[in-house]
Amino acid sequence: MKPVVGGRWSVSCRLKRSAQVMVVCMAAILLMGAGDDARFNKLGHKMMCACGCRQILLECNHVGCSYSDRMRDELSTALTRGDSDDLVVQAFVQKYGPTVLAAPPATGFNLVAWVMPFAVLFSALGFAVLVVLRWKQRAPAAAPDSTSPELEAMRLRARRETEL
Amino acid sequence: MPQFGSFALLLALAFGVYALGAGIFALLRPGLAADRLGESARRAGIAVFVAVTAAAVALVVAAFQDDFSVAYIFHHSNRDLPLPYKFSALWSGQEGSLLFWAWLLSAYGFVLRLRHKVDPRLVAHAAVVLSAVQVFFLMLVNFAAHPFSMMAGPAPADGNGLNPLLQYPEMVIHPPMLYLGYVGMTVPFAFALGALIMKYPGEKWIHITRRWTMVTWMFLTVGIFLGGHWAYSVLGWGGYWGWDPVENASLLPWLTGTAFLHSVIMQEKRGMLKMWNMWLIFATFLLCIFGTFLTRSGVVSSVHAFAQSSIGTWFVAFLALTLVSCVFFFIKNYSYLKSENRLESLISRESSFLFNNLLFLVACFAVLWGTLFPVLSEWVQGTKATVGAPFFNRVMIPIGLLLLFLTGVGPLLAWRKTSLESLKRNFTIPAVAAGVIAVALMIGGMRPWQDISYFYALMAVALAVFVAVTVGSEFLRGARVIRSHTGMNLAAAMVQLTRRNTRRYGGYIVHFGVVVLFIGFAGYAFNQDKEQELGLGDKMDIGRYTLVSRSYTRDFQPNYESDYAILDVYRNGTFLQTMYPERRFYTASQQDATMVANRSTWREDLYLVYAGRNPDTDRPIIRAHLNPLVVWVWAGVYIVVFGTLVALVPNLQVAAAKVRATAPELAAVAAGSREGGD
Repeated sequence: MKPVVGGRWSVSCRLKRSAQVMVVCMAAILLMGAGDDARFNKLGHKMMCACGCRQILLECNHVGCSYSDRMRDELSTALTRGDSDDLVVQAFVQKYGPTVLAAPPATGFNLVAWVMPFAVLFSALGFAVLVVLRWKQRAPAAAPDSTSPELEAMRLRARRETEL
Repeated sequence: MPQFGSFALLLALAFGVYALGAGIFALLRPGLAADRLGESARRAGIAVFVAVTAAAVALVVAAFQDDFSVAYIFHHSNRDLPLPYKFSALWSGQEGSLLFWAWLLSAYGFVLRLRHKVDPRLVAHAAVVLSAVQVFFLMLVNFAAHPFSMMAGPAPADGNGLNPLLQYPEMVIHPPMLYLGYVGMTVPFAFALGALIMKYPGEKWIHITRRWTMVTWMFLTVGIFLGGHWAYSVLGWGGYWGWDPVENASLLPWLTGTAFLHSVIMQEKRGMLKMWNMWLIFATFLLCIFGTFLTRSGVVSSVHAFAQSSIGTWFVAFLALTLVSCVFFFIKNYSYLKSENRLESLISRESSFLFNNLLFLVACFAVLWGTLFPVLSEWVQGTKATVGAPFFNRVMIPIGLLLLFLTGVGPLLAWRKTSLESLKRNFTIPAVAAGVIAVALMIGGMRPWQDISYFYALMAVALAVFVAVTVGSEFLRGARVIRSHTGMNLAAAMVQLTRRNTRRYGGYIVHFGVVVLFIGFAGYAFNQDKEQELGLGDKMDIGRYTLVSRSYTRDFQPNYESDYAILDVYRNGTFLQTMYPERRFYTASQQDATMVANRSTWREDLYLVYAGRNPDTDRPIIRAHLNPLVVWVWAGVYIVVFGTLVALVPNLQVAAAKVRATAPELAAVAAGSREGGD
């Protein structure tokens, strides 16, 4: 980066410097560690209450539920101790079994759970595009060329006035 | 009364079997005798309705009379239960709800058979299909889940009472609405299968089916909405949709039904997607039955499933039989469903419908997949994986946003083919509006890069604006044309426009409701919650609000005891109101239930739950949720229902004819481009 005559920055230099500052600021925001409250909230929503109510840990609302209060305390203690997210999750899985996770982990056979909906989505879209393109190729040659300005104008007019 | 009910059910089954058998014979051997046989089948179908009504009334009377010798009444009612809930006991348990299902089906059949002159032969075919379904449900209530089974020994003095979670006003209407939707889907299915069997010429059956589908789709929408509202108001976890298997079961036919309501336009306008539509109807009906099976078989665990029972086998057999019948007739009459036209361009209204349909089906698959994955994982791995809200949110939100995008794109595209120039012209304003809103939100403090949920929320709002501008411009453009020819003001012209093509503009109103819904969904990303022990005089802060505990008190009612907190709510130091979150203990069932206190505004809900007392300190615990934009979700559903009702109203033909007379040249253009109407 070169300062120009008189110690002033050129416009391009200033833009570059601004961009650098922005990148550093954004990185700082992104990389800043989330507070314990946010982590508690995030992890508490990744796990289920083990009492069998099928509710997210932080959403279990049973009075006197013998699990949710204890599990929340354990989560809180683990975060205060400085355990990483992975460590906390692993500890919960070891203690309460894999069903404590509110969503299947993206490993092993469980990965299929995550992949399948998107695989179906992209396959369906790809298939539809192929079908349309194929039909388009087979469309009768006599089909009117709708890109002609006259026809387009007529279409537009018809579209505007369909209601009448 | 129980004996009368049992007899009525047996009689209904006998009439049902006759209606089915005689109906089939009449269709197989046409002639004068067959006509008389067909007429007797029709009357037997009507008699089924009378008999099932008698059985349903007998069960309700038994509930009102506290006849605890009937096992069903003993398990689902008690003496102190308020009358409306005694009435709702009819659909609160397995056996009663199956009877209710059979009754609704017979009622739909009754209406169908009364209106047989619409097209006697088509209705006769549809009535046979309907009778087959009716017989299945009557067999269930007669042999597998009998609602009039008697208690062993002398009648108990009091009943177990109704599940406390069901003792809520919305629960009186939520199940009937849902069932009206579920059961109602049998009618379009019956028409579709009937039309396929008889190779019905023309598209008249589609017109009949579309209206039935729209009505039942509306009931299903209302049923799902009431369920969500009930969950929000009663369950006390602060949300309205938890992706529970039973909730998912209601969403599955809704998704395919919505896809059908869109793709049927293609069949009507362009003679396309006939096979697709046929299978969408089949799938919708099969998913209704499948949903019922999921709820009642114990295959998946759910907070509000019925007790596990053996009727799952019956449902599996019925599902298999129905599927085989559908496949058989589809293969047999395949040629009848050939398309009259083909898609000509990727950028056309037809394509947008096709992609919209694909997305609805993918959404349906994703919900079904997530719901059944625990069963699959147990089968493969030996352990049941939990598939909860985090999975569904991550998978369904992108699909939902794509669907929202297509909702905006569809109306901007012309039938057959759209030029790049017209695309640019139609897209500019909505796209710019969406962009402006997105930038404004980011300037206002939304940080989509901080969390994926913020990104989705931003996308949802921006796309909502995109669709709203599209819908608004469609109304404006049409209204301006009317105004230029009639001199009406713009608002009156919009009403006139809607009345002339209720289906199209009703549809746009529905789309606008979806926009409002998505804005409400976007608020979910910014939910806050807090739990705190709150002794007398203690304070709790959440968002802009401060809660001050004024008192705790106890109240006794015949049916329950109630503990409630009295909390003063302040916003930025100014007193707003006093709120009373409550916890009830129902004596008959010995169960607790929450009664949420909710302060609802367009901006946010302050949602308070009295979570009980800490067993160690005996201090009351209050859980507070601050849920932004929830009212928008409810408002969106109201608009969707209103739009559907508008779409069901017949077009105003007379006025249209009058304007045609004053503007013949425009009428000619309109007539020529009638297929652009939707």
